[in-house]
Amino acid sequence: MHEMSIAISIVEAVETKAREEGAARVSGVDLLVGKLAGIEPESLKFCFSAAAKGTLAEEALLAIEEPEGTGECGECGMTFPVNFYYAECPGCRSLRIKIISGEEFLIQSITIEEEGE
Amino acid sequence: MCDTCGCSDGSGAVLRKPGESDYHLHVSDGTHEHTPSHTGEEHHSSANVQEGSHNHGHGHHHHEGSSRKIVLEQDVLQKNNLLAERNRGYFEARHIFALNFLSSPGSGKTTLLEKIIPLLQQRIPVAVIEGDQQTTNDADRIHALGVPVIQINTGSGCHLDALMVNRAVKELDLQDNSLLCIENVGNLVCPALFDLGEALKVVIISVTEGDDKPMKYPTMFHEADLCILNKIDLLPYVEFDVAKCRENAMRVNHHLEWFEVSAKTGEGLAVWLEWLKKRLLHH
Ligand SMILES: Nc1nc2c(ncn2[C@@H]2O[C@H](COP(=O)(O)OP(=O)(O)O)[C@@H](O)[C@H]2O)c(=O)[nH]1
Ligand SMILES: [Mg+2]
Ligand SMILES: [Zn+2]
Repeated sequence: MHEMSIAISIVEAVETKAREEGAARVSGVDLLVGKLAGIEPESLKFCFSAAAKGTLAEEALLAIEEPEGTGECGECGMTFPVNFYYAECPGCRSLRIKIISGEEFLIQSITIEEEGE
Repeated sequence: MCDTCGCSDGSGAVLRKPGESDYHLHVSDGTHEHTPSHTGEEHHSSANVQEGSHNHGHGHHHHEGSSRKIVLEQDVLQKNNLLAERNRGYFEARHIFALNFLSSPGSGKTTLLEKIIPLLQQRIPVAVIEGDQQTTNDADRIHALGVPVIQINTGSGCHLDALMVNRAVKELDLQDNSLLCIENVGNLVCPALFDLGEALKVVIISVTEGDDKPMKYPTMFHEADLCILNKIDLLPYVEFDVAKCRENAMRVNHHLEWFEVSAKTGEGLAVWLEWLKKRLLHH
């Protein structure tokens, strides 16, 4: 299950950034996980809470935005929604489709809490 | 925990060599060495944005401090990708052609390597990295052919990553102008996401697996450069539509090169090896 090793690397990246920013803890992590990224969001959420135990991100809320896949036809230039199962141009039936969105896999932002002294 | 030395190295992966039972090396990334990529991180945080929708409402905050949103826009796989690019640069500088072999368990990756290595060896030096969760069985099979081989045991891990390959390469005496075959852990899902620095990804399926496999595991077929359909000697005994399987694969990835072979009888191997030799020449 690759979601576990990925969750660990997310927690590492989040903690590194949070430390640099002098955070007391991390309260939110926003991810962008395209529908075609090959990641199971539910599984990732589960793994994230396990991976975050004992770190600054232990109580962080993980929010995942999932952009839809979009393809662009290499023959006629049409753009249309895709998942891999139907990567065929609805206009000209070409299979030469370029994926132009849906493969994103980013940590967009984190929300940190600072000690109020 | 390591069953050989009893140490409790977190990351889990261990390198082993056939015939050297006391050799084993833990792959750890020394997490605290910072990646040399602190480029684009010049404080996007100037966006000192107020906490958005999340933590509002109930006042069950532990601290009285303020909260602040920091924009990262960082690729989750960045660390692996950076290291993979380092591997790739190393391979290119030394003219090492690296292939990443991917398949479900039992599709015939090791058998295929056993078959092609003796054929390629006269022409080009070959070395192998074997990935499995446990055992050195596959490395032992390759070792018997007399080529340098190292086993990566990933433990609970389900894929090789760029760090493991980086460490394994340091332990292998790779020659310039050689071929490096990396047999990934048997799994059609996870290894698709982890670039190792290879020149090409080779996905293998066998005719006992069902011709809809490319539809079931599209990410892998999408990422692959070539697909090898193996065990075609069994076609008379199984229900498997080769044309349909190929069509399914091409739907997912229209750049995919397609080959049909039997690692057992050798059928079809000449065609693939011809193709491979051409790629090696232009490398
Ligand atoms: N009939 C037949 N069996 C094969 C072929 N290639 C591999 N096998 C068998 O499939 C099984 C798994 O092969 P192996 O190379 O260990 O698969 P791996 O897990 O992908 O490395 C072994 O029993 C092989 O003998 C083939 O082309 N035809
Ligand atoms: Mg094998
Ligand atoms: Zn079109």
